[in-house]
Amino acid sequence: MNIDKVIAGLHPLERAVIPVLKEHKELRSIAKAAQLQEVKAMRALQWLENKDVLKRTTEVQKIITLDKDGKQYKKGQIPERIFLEALSTGAKTKEDIIKAGIAEPVLNSIIGLLRQEKLITITKEKELVFAITDKGTKALNNPLPLETFLQHDFPQPATAFDKQLIKDYAKRRIITIEQHRITTITLTALGKKLVEANLEDLDVIEAITKDVIKNETWKEKQFRNYDVTINVPAIHGGKRHFVKQAIDSAKRIWLDMGFEEMEGTIVNTSFWNFDALFTAQDHPVREMQDTFYVEDPVHGKLPNLKLVRAVQEMHEHGDEISSKGWQYQWDKNEAIKNVLRTHTTVLSAQTLARLKQTDLPAKFFAVGKCFRNEAVDWSHLFEFNQTEGIVVDPNANFRHLLGYLKLFFKKMGFERARFRPAYFPYTEPSVEIDVFHPVHNTWFELGGAGIFRPEVVVPLLGKDVPVLAWGPGFDRIILEYYKINDIRDLYRNDVKQLREMKTWSR
Amino acid sequence: MPTVNLSKKVLEKLVGKKLSLDMLKDRISMLGTDLEHIKDDEIKVEVFPNRPDMLSEQGFARAFSSFIGVKTGLREYKVKKSGHHIIVDNSVTMRPYTACAIVKNLTMTDERIREIMQMQEKLATTHGRGRKKSCYGIYPVDKVHFPITYTAKDPATLSFTPLGFDQKIKASEIVETHPTGPKYAHISQDWKKYPFYIDAHHNVMSMLPFTNSNDTGRVELDTKNIFIECTGTEQHNVELALHMFCAMFSDMGGDIYSLEIRYPDNTLTTPRMDATPMDFDLKYINRILGLSLSEKEATTLLKKMGYGYKKGKVLVPAYRADILGQIDFAEDIAIAYGYEHFTEELPQVATIGKESPQAILERTIAHVLTGLGMLELQTYHLSNTALQTSDMSVNTTKTNQDAKKKTKSAVIELANSVSEDYHCLRSWMLPGLIEVLSHNKHHEYPQKLFDMGKVFKKGKTETGVEEDTHLGLIISHDKADYTDIRQVIDYLTTALNKEITIEETTHPSFVPGRCAQGIHKGKVIATFGELHPEILARFKLELPVAAGEIDLSAFQTISQ
Repeated sequence: MNIDKVIAGLHPLERAVIPVLKEHKELRSIAKAAQLQEVKAMRALQWLENKDVLKRTTEVQKIITLDKDGKQYKKGQIPERIFLEALSTGAKTKEDIIKAGIAEPVLNSIIGLLRQEKLITITKEKELVFAITDKGTKALNNPLPLETFLQHDFPQPATAFDKQLIKDYAKRRIITIEQHRITTITLTALGKKLVEANLEDLDVIEAITKDVIKNETWKEKQFRNYDVTINVPAIHGGKRHFVKQAIDSAKRIWLDMGFEEMEGTIVNTSFWNFDALFTAQDHPVREMQDTFYVEDPVHGKLPNLKLVRAVQEMHEHGDEISSKGWQYQWDKNEAIKNVLRTHTTVLSAQTLARLKQTDLPAKFFAVGKCFRNEAVDWSHLFEFNQTEGIVVDPNANFRHLLGYLKLFFKKMGFERARFRPAYFPYTEPSVEIDVFHPVHNTWFELGGAGIFRPEVVVPLLGKDVPVLAWGPGFDRIILEYYKINDIRDLYRNDVKQLREMKTWSR
Repeated sequence: MPTVNLSKKVLEKLVGKKLSLDMLKDRISMLGTDLEHIKDDEIKVEVFPNRPDMLSEQGFARAFSSFIGVKTGLREYKVKKSGHHIIVDNSVTMRPYTACAIVKNLTMTDERIREIMQMQEKLATTHGRGRKKSCYGIYPVDKVHFPITYTAKDPATLSFTPLGFDQKIKASEIVETHPTGPKYAHISQDWKKYPFYIDAHHNVMSMLPFTNSNDTGRVELDTKNIFIECTGTEQHNVELALHMFCAMFSDMGGDIYSLEIRYPDNTLTTPRMDATPMDFDLKYINRILGLSLSEKEATTLLKKMGYGYKKGKVLVPAYRADILGQIDFAEDIAIAYGYEHFTEELPQVATIGKESPQAILERTIAHVLTGLGMLELQTYHLSNTALQTSDMSVNTTKTNQDAKKKTKSAVIELANSVSEDYHCLRSWMLPGLIEVLSHNKHHEYPQKLFDMGKVFKKGKTETGVEEDTHLGLIISHDKADYTDIRQVIDYLTTALNKEITIEETTHPSFVPGRCAQGIHKGKVIATFGELHPEILARFKLELPVAAGEIDLSAFQTISQ
């Protein structure tokens, strides 16, 4: 890069470090000389490297700093000297030497050393008796090895000293050895020129301040160039949870197609959740291992008697026109049990019960949380999102159902859909919808549909009107879109994941 | 859902022609069964609960060969009289119904015995609702002596050798010692007497719904003639099961014989294998399906599904358990017609889409809050009592006057949750949000989070549970304080055009003197402030948290 262009684009931090780079090559000393914090100096060096001014190399170095004992010895006397001086002034035994001011553990750690160096002798009488040698007496006149060592300014790189020495001193808690990352620089040809250049003369506009605008400074001065390609720190905006984004998009599809939203409670009596949907009272889905029951209040109230009777009669023996019913005795006590709704179809049942003939044709949809009593693992959750829609239309038929389904799934992003026979307790005929996944090149199951059985519709609506119904496997679409494999991730609420998750746009 | 394993060879033999892989794959799924896999000779098919008659290889082949047009129409099952009878004692009130048959001239193989046992087990699981509604026993005819009595007895007074045992034990020990005991004990928990099948020689044939006798209830390779009993709580149900067995055995080459069932007050002859004639409303079916089938076309389709048709009546096979009315014919006709052959149609019906007021409110609030840089969470409705109360320093015990005055913080417990951490419904939003915060300590601050959802308490509703939508707000960074949360509340209420009055209050989760409540039209709808360090420490949070909980019910009538 052209040196003038580089100079024009220098950030104030860069300008602060460049003049010291001629003398200083190591980050710490560069920072010190430039009077910057190390992080800031590091940033400047990184930028300069990007501009091909210098090369950074980072290596791990062992750095020696003084430990507690080391610091103390540096200030006062070292134990070796105290020991030898005590011996030359008459001390003989351990006890004498401890009195002279050396703690016993320290004493023990230097006896061997001093003997090895032949500065003392040890004889064993009743107890150990120490004596100073001639060499020892002489040694006292000069700095002892430890004293010489302590004269250095610390921290120091470990490479400056003998390895064994360092090991011994570390053992004696005189020093500690730390691993440091040392960053050093070498200047490139461009860098060598740059450090010689006169940066003082450069007067450029940094920030566009009020004054710059008011005084029109920009007319005379240059703007400092930025490196626009450099990374900047990330910011995080607020956003909706990605599942809610998907739900909103599904809602828009229903609304586009002319459906009205249904709302309702999560806790419902079994009457609404099961009986009104012609689910036999001994159906396995009603068992404890599938459905959450409420402990307290364990029971709710049934709706108006006329409706309850109609449902009961349909279960017990049908209505003579459309059905034989289940041929069993219906039990009110089963119907009043409170459950967490197992499907949003409960809302469809409640809606049908409210509808008048004059309201028809009508279309409704719901998106909501449903519950099943399951232990949590990667593919099972006790809460799940369901969406479903119903078309209540005296003229509706099975071909219309398939027509609505094609359109709905097309809007959900699946161009191709196919239909297979299926079974659901409250629809007949029932349909399983497969959609084609263009990337994986396979069909996959995406939901159920059907026409509500007359046994469901007649008691609720008072008349057998075709009710088309469908509910896609919604969580599955979400997982597929966001490429999530573990269903628990929908509720992980990991702030980083939420901040970085792509936005739903379908 | 139950599955049936088929041998491709056997199926081809039963159907009477070679079946290509593609054809099998396509036709099995279009018949209304779910193909799980085909591997070499093995075909695994999931059978929907409305068609238990297809749980045997014979039953599946019967339906399949009709469907592909090889052998359509009603199968006739001839029944001869055996001359034997069953005496039903009036003591079997706990399981009062039974139906029986004899099948002769069967050829057993190991494979076939396994098939029979599988059908027995699968049918008892589905159609028999795990033996609660009905269960079934099969015996070599030569081992039992007629007439047989179906009666209830005190199990302490009888002994027999249960299946898989080599010596007699007291019937009262079955529930504890036999492998089926613990599995079905819940069915018999209120019984003092148990139902038994006992033959003319006073041999126990079976103790229901647990086990057959090893002496009389064991089908062997040399067994040619068998006796079948079905017992249960509904006549309809036990007879259907019997018919499914008889159809299966007949398809295996057996001859069916009937018996008289002598109830205390009436006598029946089972099995009744004749098809049931039912009305056929073609106009209704055409209307529902959007087709215009002629009677002849409809008849052809009915025959593909194994029905007969005669003089305007559909003849429903005795083994079909799922035909309640016209709509069931409609579905079978649709299947025979082929879902793939329907022309889809989108009717022009003028209806207007409408979002619910609650959804509009929540969408608006989310819009306002995300504009403030807040991140929306999705937390569970299910929680645990400790998190909802003690972890938040909220006291649930009502020992003193002061606690009594407080709002009922009792959480709604679930009766049967399998999960230890999630056994109640949340009563407020903040505990879940704070838990989220505690899992995100390693991520960048500030963290500004919110979630909206249903919270639960007791109330005067249809279920006795009142559900309100609450908004939980959390702001955490190294200088988070009352101002932070108050600003959000002020901004939100302004945006929603709602006036609230702020008053000082106390709440165990918040720092005293730094906790406020928002009042709208005389009702407290918001509580907010700085979370108490005691709670922060409990959740191992290192930075201060400003938080708020708002009841959105007051905002329902938004800015009008």
